[in-house]
Amino acid sequence: MPIQLKRLLPLFIIFIGLFLIVRHFLVPDTFGQYGHYRGDALIDNASRNLVHASKEDCHECHSDIQEKLENDMHASLSCLVCHGPGLMHVADPLAENIEKMSGRTFCGRCHQLNAARSTDMIYQIDIATHHTEKDNCIECHNPHEVWEGLE
Amino acid sequence: MAGAVTLSSMLDTFNVLLYAADPPEGEGPWWGVGIDISKCIGCGLCARACKVENQVPQEPFYYRTWVEQYTILKDGTTKVESPNGGIDGFDQSVEEKDIFKTFFVPKMCNHCAKSPCTQVCPVGATFESPDGVALVDDKYCIGCSYCVQACPYGCRYIHPEKKTADKCTLCYHRIKRGLDPACMEICPTGSRIYGDLNDKDSDLVRYLKENVTRILKPHLNTGAKLFYNALSQEVS
Ligand code: HEC
Ligand code: HEC
Ligand code: HEC
Ligand code: HEC
Repeated sequence: MPIQLKRLLPLFIIFIGLFLIVRHFLVPDTFGQYGHYRGDALIDNASRNLVHASKEDCHECHSDIQEKLENDMHASLSCLVCHGPGLMHVADPLAENIEKMSGRTFCGRCHQLNAARSTDMIYQIDIATHHTEKDNCIECHNPHEVWEGLE
Repeated sequence: MAGAVTLSSMLDTFNVLLYAADPPEGEGPWWGVGIDISKCIGCGLCARACKVENQVPQEPFYYRTWVEQYTILKDGTTKVESPNGGIDGFDQSVEEKDIFKTFFVPKMCNHCAKSPCTQVCPVGATFESPDGVALVDDKYCIGCSYCVQACPYGCRYIHPEKKTADKCTLCYHRIKRGLDPACMEICPTGSRIYGDLNDKDSDLVRYLKENVTRILKPHLNTGAKLFYNALSQEVS
């Protein structure tokens, strides 16, 4: 082997060794476990905190309302639609921490006339003219049983 | 050579249903999404629930999912609007007499099987999980925003506080606990569903069999797994 190569060889070995050491510390442990990414990222993503409850959570304590709802026109609606995320309430039901959304704008999100809304899916009214004698929709329509007392 | 490859990829276009029928090998679930345009009433609660569930900044530029209203006018023009991503609901902005057809289109990550966004990441901070969900590793992301540019569906953004790429995770933290993603939990009409393409009895597979579905931008061969029912050709 020519002398100049012999002299360079240790340098190369040191260089490659250093590279391997630095790489060892820079690359996270689980990198490459499943593919070209950090395996633990799957756990990170899966372990984020929940914010929304699920409608099954409400059944435990509000089965009466759930039953009403499920046998009426709003059957397809989750409780969370009008009551917000609700997880805080499930954890601590006595601390007034749940929303109760109603009113012309809110109900109008779904029920306001719009040509893009299929009439097969949703009955629509003009929230500006529909029974304006009372302001809030829930003064006439029980949100859990929309025709209660009206028919 | 390159010409031949381009030509063959043009001749052999991406076939949505064949792909769904025979997903790539793998154990366990392989998630896909279905959105039924005929059921969507444009309440925008999905977009709102998504922001709350995933702590997406409230400013109107950052969305993991949003809703667009397409209006095809009688003069042959198409109007697309999405006021604040649909989060505050929609008001019909065009008079009835001028409308030929109008409908809502909810948009979200397509969780592509050959996702362009994960391919361009220089550090391996975004990837397709073994169960078919495109995810971001926010501890590893350097915020270069290549992936934001690469996504043909506009589904990514740079989180203004974390300075990392952010996107729909199909609520990975919920589906792993057996719950529905927030947008699907809240949807009042069941317009959005998700399911396992490997499970031939899943809701999604049934939905694919019962409906005539299509994906967005099939010519890009992204392997998108968001299947729309009743979606007009005008939507891209
Ligand atoms: C652990 C039992 C429990 C669970 C689970 C629960 N609640 Fe409650 N909830 C209560 C109790 C007890 C009250 C009565 C509190 C009061 O009167 O101040 C209440 C009250 C309410 C109220 C009325 C609050 C008010 O200020 O008038 C609403 C709305 C409500 N719950 C909705 C929900 C929803 C939606 C869910 C599901 C996400 C849910 N609850 C789950 C126990 C529960
Ligand atoms: C369409 C919207 C809507 C849906 C869906 C809905 N709620 Fe309500 N709920 C309301 C409103 C609005 C009120 C407040 C009524 C009032 O102030 O008189 C309310 C009140 C309540 C109350 C307080 C007691 C009462 O009877 O007024 C409870 C408890 C409650 N809801 C539970 C539920 C549960 C559980 C579900 C799901 C099974 C549910 N709600 C679904 C709109 C809704
Ligand atoms: C998230 C969407 C949504 C919201 C918000 C909502 N609804 Fe509904 N509503 C529906 C759906 C879906 C139906 C059942 C399908 C239909 O109308 O054909 C329905 C049915 C009804 C009906 C019965 C229609 C009929 O002809 O039988 C009434 C009345 C009604 N809702 C009133 C209200 C009121 C009052 C509120 C506000 C507290 C409200 N809704 C909020 C989605 C919604
Ligand atoms: C003063 C009482 C009252 C108020 C307030 C009221 N409604 Fe009604 N609503 C009725 C009655 C009564 C009907 C039965 C049909 C009719 O008389 O128009 C009805 C019918 C409906 C229908 C069914 C329409 C159809 O074609 O079958 C919907 C949907 C509805 N209301 C939603 C709402 C919403 C949303 C609000 C709030 C913006 C609201 N209502 C406020 C009394 C009321």
